[in-house]
Amino acid sequence: MNAQVTTPAPAAPLRKAIECGVPDNKPHLHPTLLKNYGNWKYHDRPRPGVLHHVSHSGDEIWTVRAGTQRQMDVYTIRTLCDIADKFAEGFVRFTIRSNIEFMVADPKKVDPMIVELEKNGFPVGGTGNSVSMVSHTQGWLHCDIPGTDASGVVKSMMDELYNEFKTEEMPNRVHMSTSCCEINCGGQADIAIIIQHTKPPKINHDMVANVCERPTVVARCPVAAIRPALVNGKPSLEVDEKKCICCGACYPPCPPMQINDPEHSKLAIWVGGKNSNARGKPTFMKMVASGLPNNAPRWPEVNAAVGNILRTYKADARPWERLSDWIDRIGWPRFFEKTGLPFTKYLIDDWRGSRANLNASTHIRF
Amino acid sequence: MAKPMHPTPNLDQLESGPWPSFVTGLKRLAKDKDYVVDILGHLEHSYQTRKGYWKGGTVGVRGYGGGIIPRFTEIKDDKGQPVFKDAAEFHTIRVMPPPGMHYNTATLRQFCDIWEKHGSGLIALHGQSGDIMFQGATTENVQKAFDEINDMGFDLGGAGPAVRTSMSCVGASRCEQSCYDEAKAHREVLNTFLDDIHRPALPYKFKFKFSGCPNDCMNSIQRSDMAVIGTWRDNIRTDEALAKKWFAKHGMNELVNDVVARCPTKAIQIKEIKDVRKADHFSSVALNDSQALEIDNKDCVRCMHCINVMTGALATGTDKGATILMGGKRTLKIGDLMGTVVVPFMPLQTDEDYEKLVELGQKTIDFFAENALEHERTGEMIERIGLVNFLEGIEVDIDANMVSTPRMNPYVNTAGWDEEVAKIAAKKAAA
Repeated sequence: MNAQVTTPAPAAPLRKAIECGVPDNKPHLHPTLLKNYGNWKYHDRPRPGVLHHVSHSGDEIWTVRAGTQRQMDVYTIRTLCDIADKFAEGFVRFTIRSNIEFMVADPKKVDPMIVELEKNGFPVGGTGNSVSMVSHTQGWLHCDIPGTDASGVVKSMMDELYNEFKTEEMPNRVHMSTSCCEINCGGQADIAIIIQHTKPPKINHDMVANVCERPTVVARCPVAAIRPALVNGKPSLEVDEKKCICCGACYPPCPPMQINDPEHSKLAIWVGGKNSNARGKPTFMKMVASGLPNNAPRWPEVNAAVGNILRTYKADARPWERLSDWIDRIGWPRFFEKTGLPFTKYLIDDWRGSRANLNASTHIRF
Repeated sequence: MAKPMHPTPNLDQLESGPWPSFVTGLKRLAKDKDYVVDILGHLEHSYQTRKGYWKGGTVGVRGYGGGIIPRFTEIKDDKGQPVFKDAAEFHTIRVMPPPGMHYNTATLRQFCDIWEKHGSGLIALHGQSGDIMFQGATTENVQKAFDEINDMGFDLGGAGPAVRTSMSCVGASRCEQSCYDEAKAHREVLNTFLDDIHRPALPYKFKFKFSGCPNDCMNSIQRSDMAVIGTWRDNIRTDEALAKKWFAKHGMNELVNDVVARCPTKAIQIKEIKDVRKADHFSSVALNDSQALEIDNKDCVRCMHCINVMTGALATGTDKGATILMGGKRTLKIGDLMGTVVVPFMPLQTDEDYEKLVELGQKTIDFFAENALEHERTGEMIERIGLVNFLEGIEVDIDANMVSTPRMNPYVNTAGWDEEVAKIAAKKAAA
């Protein structure tokens, strides 16, 4: 997350960058998509993992969607290209959730392609009212501030949700995300798993003066808990630990303020985020559980908690209710009752504007 | 053949189970690359100690100030030497994808060849901002890899306080719900700001995202500073054959429970065909020989629900364009902010329409560059200065569509009221 102030790499050949910007999509479009650009009429789903679009011109296209691991080695990408060359005229696209899509104009190719994808380990699904792939971040593999891993959490979660990816048995679509810090690069989702630190940063006072621009760090704190201080004769920073909300905002601009802790960086679960305008307006997700251990390599406690919420939603929600729509109908007390999740004092908002989240009515379900 | 593998008991557990495993992929790469052998060792160390060990730094390509995410190992021995020496540097190259993330396989294969030669061989499709992420190269190889990627007609994405890489949905290329040419808008807007993408000099990041309809598949309202979301002004279109087909399959109970009852503004009614209203703003379609579905488009908020359920039987209108919302972002620092309406409707059909969209982007970036505080996103700036001041800055007139409700407190000096009323009247008269 650090800003990059950069200098040229050493020993680079003298070539000037061509500032070509965002490339044209046209050379990358399947011929049927190119021909019917902006002229589609409707679509249906012949089976989970397959979309069928019909154009006003009468042309039809079948799309087969498959899950990937997102961080892909070149061999995996070449395998996907081989499948696209064999069945899909050499074109693919990716969804926002890192699923790959193959378009075919000939419906006879759909079933053999599904067989080929599954044979190579790529599950076909993720359409309609399924649980789609978890959108996620970099984690320990590459991030400079991660509290946990991303790809590993997602792998262990999708192993559990494999059948929900491949079928369309949920009340409505379920989007999930994971994030390795509270910046939440994974984004809003029906269910999100996000790091929630529970201890103030541990400051390496020997390093602060050399590494951190102290006024910047002071300004980053949402609760003004950081102030400049002289520690052991060196200019440093100190944190008012009573005020500190353990958000980790000071850590990116000041790595000596280590916020990540193997034991005290916990995982929280959030539900009910929805970006679509369908039915109700878009909603932000709400925290419903915290304190789950960062239990690599397979995070069983997180998987159990997510599985529980999904099972409850699946059993209780009506058709077309997203998680947020379902909770709107049944109410928060019953959400906690049905899922068995404890409603603790930490779930009552006390940030600015928080009274808007209190129940200012006698609307209570008994 | 690469050097022997480090033991990876934790990562090994991520190879079982049915979902595709990134660990298996890394191990395949490690057969030929010492680099990836050490990356696996590095990652295993994180799994064992439950901490991250990469720090940022300064790596770039000639002529650009951003787009490379530098990573240097922090796992050092007593002498300060990297424990995983072949993975001491693990930089990512962010590259902007074509709109809609479509690829011909020749392009993907060429990416693979370049990255196998110069990098780790690990490519993430895609990062959360939409970048193709070529993950893992040494400082020395970053420029070489970029040169070859750039020669293919691909360019670096944004990083740091810059205009960031954008995303657009599948849109017009394969979706009947598309309300504008998302790819055209995406390219015309982003390619206007190449300098702001490649040379980070803004107060903080600025993200554009493009969704073709209010389903907002790009999640633009929650995570972009300027969200362009397709919509339409005229009536919902109907198709009798598809409506009857839908009704025959799903029946009255589903129609009532899943469509009519879920309309957020109760704009839909079921009627006898003879009672259907015919005024300009009604859409209607027969479901069988006697009954029809009627929509009062004046009450419709274009939420998409009925169109999603009865795809083809109901469809978006033809007077198309976009609603522009600004200021969305996630938590840090002041809390989550949703994008809010700045332009209720902007037609997006002619080239001039698209130029106006670019102009709005330009004015917004200019105002943001001059007025935002360091590390302040657009939404936070709007919260600090108020929407009215922001609109004045980007020369957009106020509109009642911009609010959920009018003001709920009296803490405002309304001395200029008459003057404002006169201005509005004058504008109306001139229009």
